[in-house]
Amino acid sequence: MPAIARPLSPHLSVYRWQIQMVASMLHRATGSALAFGTILLCMALIALASGPEAFAKVREFCGSWLGLVLLFGWSWAFSFHLLNGIRHLLQDIGMGFTIPQFVRNGWLATIGSFVLTALIWACVVIQGAAA
Amino acid sequence: MNDRYRTPLKIAIGLGSAQHGVHHFIMQRVTAVALMLLALWFLWIALSLLHTDYTGAHALVGQPFNAVLMLAFVVAVFWHAQLGLQVVIEDYVHTRWLEVALQLAVEFLCVLGALASVLAVVRIALG
Repeated sequence: MPAIARPLSPHLSVYRWQIQMVASMLHRATGSALAFGTILLCMALIALASGPEAFAKVREFCGSWLGLVLLFGWSWAFSFHLLNGIRHLLQDIGMGFTIPQFVRNGWLATIGSFVLTALIWACVVIQGAAA
Repeated sequence: MNDRYRTPLKIAIGLGSAQHGVHHFIMQRVTAVALMLLALWFLWIALSLLHTDYTGAHALVGQPFNAVLMLAFVVAVFWHAQLGLQVVIEDYVHTRWLEVALQLAVEFLCVLGALASVLAVVRIALG
């Protein structure tokens, strides 16, 4: 870092909160969270390959309150990153570049992520969650 | 390529753009498209595994169709995770040694995670 404090470009604090920047920040945050979630995915696969005792431990963890909180968080992160990722891919091929479209699609991804999360847990509840 | 603007030394050494500048960008999108499709299948199998016991779960993941998709999913997931975390670290970690250490750690862990998951799936499918 330089010894003299140079002026910086305006940062988060000067902007009014808007859906575009919230979606962008959440995309990074959910992506990072999901990267940590791969630990559980990897553990579950190793346990399934190892035998019933190891698999039972993963089951037990998933059914514990900590496991359920993590799974709930990851299911929302998964939903948001998936839907917002589709928005990014569409923008990459040049679609949805006007400001109203940006705002609408940002909200679509955000609200859609809650809907998808609710659907996932509705499936879990309906199946009786044999955890 | 107009060589008039290149010094003889530059031509001899052959340095310049390696044409790899967009590789990260492209692979992030390629893995994203793959994951977009695989995520739907993953959601289905994850929900299916809820109400099966060990034998049922083992049999479901071990089916050739599911095993192949699970292999594709874990490879794409760890690849995409590494590419994404790399950008996050590049953007927010400004202490050089820490940045390099984190990048190495992320890369090693993602490769290890992918290898372990692949080995597990292969064992489930063949065992």
